[in-house]
Amino acid sequence: MIEKKSKKGAFLALAFVAALLILVIVLENTMKPTHMLFTVLKKGAVYALVATSMNLLNGFTGLFSLGQAGFMLLGAYTYAILTIPVADKDSVYYLYGGSTVKFSLPDLFGGADTAPGLILGVLLALILGGCVAALVAWLIGLPVLRLKSDYLAIATLGFAEIIRAVFQWDKLGPVTNGANALKNFPTFSSFNITNANGEVVLRLSTFVAFLLSAICITIIVLLINSSYGRAFKAIREDDIAAEAMGINLAKHKRLAFCISSFFAGVGGGLFAMFANQAQAKNFTTAMTYEILLIVVIGGIGSISGSCIASFLYVAASEWWLRFLDTETYIGSFKVPFLRNGFRMVVFSVIIMIVVLFFRKGIMGDKELPDLFRKRAKTKGKAGAEHA
Amino acid sequence: MQYGISVLLSGISLGGQYALIAIGYTMVYGILRLINFAHGDVFMVAGLMMVYLSAALPLGAALPLVLLLTVLLGFAIERAAYKPLRSAPRMSVMISAIGVSYLLQNLATYVTGGLPQMYPELPLLSQNVSIAGVTTKWVTVVTPFLVIILVLALTQLINHTKVGMAMRAVAKDFETSQLMGIKINSVISITFVIGSALAAVGSMLYFTNYQSIVPLSGALPGLRAFVAAVFGGIGSIPGAVVGAFIIGISETIIKGSNWSVFSDAFTFALLIIILVVKPTGLFGEKATDKV
Amino acid sequence: MPENVLSMEHVTMQFGGVVAVNDLSLRVDQGEIVALIGPNGAGKTTAFNCITGVYEPTNGLVTFKGEPMIRNHPQGKMAKEYKGSEPQMFTEGYVPAAGEQTADPFAGTGKVVSPTPDHVTKLGIARTFQNIRLFSALTVFENVLIAKHMRARQNFLSATFRLNAKEEKRMREESMALLEEQNLAHLKDEVAGSLPYGIQRRLEIARALATEPKLLLLDEPAAGMNPQETQELTDFIRQIRKEYNLTVFMIEHHMDLVMQISDRIYVLDFGSLIAQGSPAEVQNNPRVIEAYLGVADDAED
Repeated sequence: MIEKKSKKGAFLALAFVAALLILVIVLENTMKPTHMLFTVLKKGAVYALVATSMNLLNGFTGLFSLGQAGFMLLGAYTYAILTIPVADKDSVYYLYGGSTVKFSLPDLFGGADTAPGLILGVLLALILGGCVAALVAWLIGLPVLRLKSDYLAIATLGFAEIIRAVFQWDKLGPVTNGANALKNFPTFSSFNITNANGEVVLRLSTFVAFLLSAICITIIVLLINSSYGRAFKAIREDDIAAEAMGINLAKHKRLAFCISSFFAGVGGGLFAMFANQAQAKNFTTAMTYEILLIVVIGGIGSISGSCIASFLYVAASEWWLRFLDTETYIGSFKVPFLRNGFRMVVFSVIIMIVVLFFRKGIMGDKELPDLFRKRAKTKGKAGAEHA
Repeated sequence: MQYGISVLLSGISLGGQYALIAIGYTMVYGILRLINFAHGDVFMVAGLMMVYLSAALPLGAALPLVLLLTVLLGFAIERAAYKPLRSAPRMSVMISAIGVSYLLQNLATYVTGGLPQMYPELPLLSQNVSIAGVTTKWVTVVTPFLVIILVLALTQLINHTKVGMAMRAVAKDFETSQLMGIKINSVISITFVIGSALAAVGSMLYFTNYQSIVPLSGALPGLRAFVAAVFGGIGSIPGAVVGAFIIGISETIIKGSNWSVFSDAFTFALLIIILVVKPTGLFGEKATDKV
Repeated sequence: MPENVLSMEHVTMQFGGVVAVNDLSLRVDQGEIVALIGPNGAGKTTAFNCITGVYEPTNGLVTFKGEPMIRNHPQGKMAKEYKGSEPQMFTEGYVPAAGEQTADPFAGTGKVVSPTPDHVTKLGIARTFQNIRLFSALTVFENVLIAKHMRARQNFLSATFRLNAKEEKRMREESMALLEEQNLAHLKDEVAGSLPYGIQRRLEIARALATEPKLLLLDEPAAGMNPQETQELTDFIRQIRKEYNLTVFMIEHHMDLVMQISDRIYVLDFGSLIAQGSPAEVQNNPRVIEAYLGVADDAED
């Protein structure tokens, strides 16, 4: 009975994601490709993954970590360093006379302009980016995860800052390019299919962002609904009782931390692909706060909430509220307050309202399918009474 | 030798300024168990208010007005953003604090247009003085003494007045002290008032030294002051002061060395080491969970 | 002689300068129901926490099924501040006095064994808590299912990618069966925190049973129950002992329950054992009466 229901649910979810992906392809190839919508969709997809990875830790395991930007940085740099084509290394690393990393993953598979080189190279680099983040998380987790709530938050925040300082260090320049940006690596646009003349025949850039993000989020959802996910929730509910039920706290906390960081790392790689560059100064505490606020707005403990909130947040900050930043005249009347920076003020007020008055966020701890299931359940109950 | 003296002087002075911020963190944490992420931004806003008020008013009026407005700001933040969440999980309050910090920073960006603002010259404090052959500003010399006076006054308040007793009671046991008839809300408000006032004084000293203010000016000094509070043992005022002096001096030393990129990294590394090795800090008390 | 399940040898727990449990020695044998009683603050729950690995005892030995499970001696700063009995017994170089019987296979070695609570549970000791600690936002079914996690053959990858379907199915079936046996099956989708107090207690016991224990530690299972519920609980404990071949060690204040159900009773006061024996023996022990009722003023003179 339960099995059947969950299979049906999984099938529906899969169909939903597939439909979404097709929609994205259709949209991108019919609308103007420079439309703001696509920036929002790409960044939203990346943030959805990072927010989900943070939710895994904060919402499902009850570990309040603020290190997300640091792990994204690790992923982004790993991705960038491993995929900058060998031919471009000298121009990117011109301040340091070239890179010490003499190879490039796409080049190993035939170059970034061939399909296998691009796909294999990018995938491998993203996964390695995740692995580097997870490895660092494993090392950090050893001492830090013993700390309680807010101490853990401040310690992980500190680690993110340390990571950032290390990557900006001049002595590591030949690898990290110091404080300068890494660029010229394959981005989402590299996946657009061109014909022999270099004209784009099929735009897949947004689709690729969605696909990669969707795969990762699906894996996280599968994890959360597995036996390990239940163990994480047990730790969140009551760590002493969880331990008394035979759940090894140290091991499970560290597992959650590493998996979360892995996906934050992959998300960092995707962010680099979105931004066309990777630079340490972008991965600040403010970025972590941004992601935290997305998680809160979506509902702590709801994956679909995090995803929805990501798109809303990105759309609001990058697109819908843009008009607040430009001085506007209606006739000769100048609309008050509108000038650069006002958007973020309005935005932070909205966030404070959500935090204070809608504490459960959009979804609370429910998932999208729960909303439908509830109706089905009451129906089922009525049926049972008749029988 | 001269270099050593100048580093030591500015380290002590910086430490004193951090101490004034750190006290706000440590008092709030002692009572609400909340890392008041917005505290550093209150400090920054105090600096900005000084910039704008001193342009419009004579200094004699601007100084007390900045103090008063900062106190009001701290009070308002507590009432608006933390009080409604008193029974909510700790994580919610902390997120609210992050939200307030975000709001203050964005407001500052809006008001200043994102441009760095120059802090006004304060009489005497901004003038140069020469000590043991080292030229420095008066503020460097005044800071440690002012800090010591303020801290002594504060400890008198906490140890010898009724309000202070109430504060200590609330810090020990929130719920019981409520049952004993202590008006928690006013005690908490007073805590925020004192913390904000000290942050305002701190900002006057700090920005006289580092004259330009940007919206992010509060974030890092705030975090460093928080680290100082943890270092000294959160909840302990003497601890926060000692911690702040140590952080201030070590930061100045590192900033003057080849490792200046790592000055913040060092502060955080120090924080993590303390948290892991001795989570209660230098003077903190140990608390145990009951099973 | 029945097989020994749990034995505590000279266990002392000192917090700073306070000795919460001093020189506690007791044994619980296979199939017994043994009660630990004593006035409030006598150190009963501390003793439980020492057995389950929540606290690391300052001194002493705990064995489970004859194997040493926890062992410690005062170390570091505590070595100087130690105020309990037998400071030397578990240190290196200790020589048992002539004729002294010890169950300690590590005698004279100073070996320290301190498992984490999950390890203790894995060995086969499950517990409930004085103030119920359920996973209150999760459903009844999930509460029980989580207890099965520990013994499942899986890792996070096989679990994520559903390669453990067989194990998962077994866990679900076993949990469901357990809920049915405990008459909780109809509540399986209810959120645990929303259940009535008595049911929550029952669920906490069911969850403990799901870890497949040999020994069940109950910390005040009848707290807050009325006489009728207490009577039901008495029958329930007897029943699960039989059905699951359990040994039960419990802390309880309800004397009706304790006297009815216990094979043996240990009495703790101010951290030390003041009496032990059958319910009848303990009931008539003057020291126990004194501890519970106090001494009459004229007797003190």
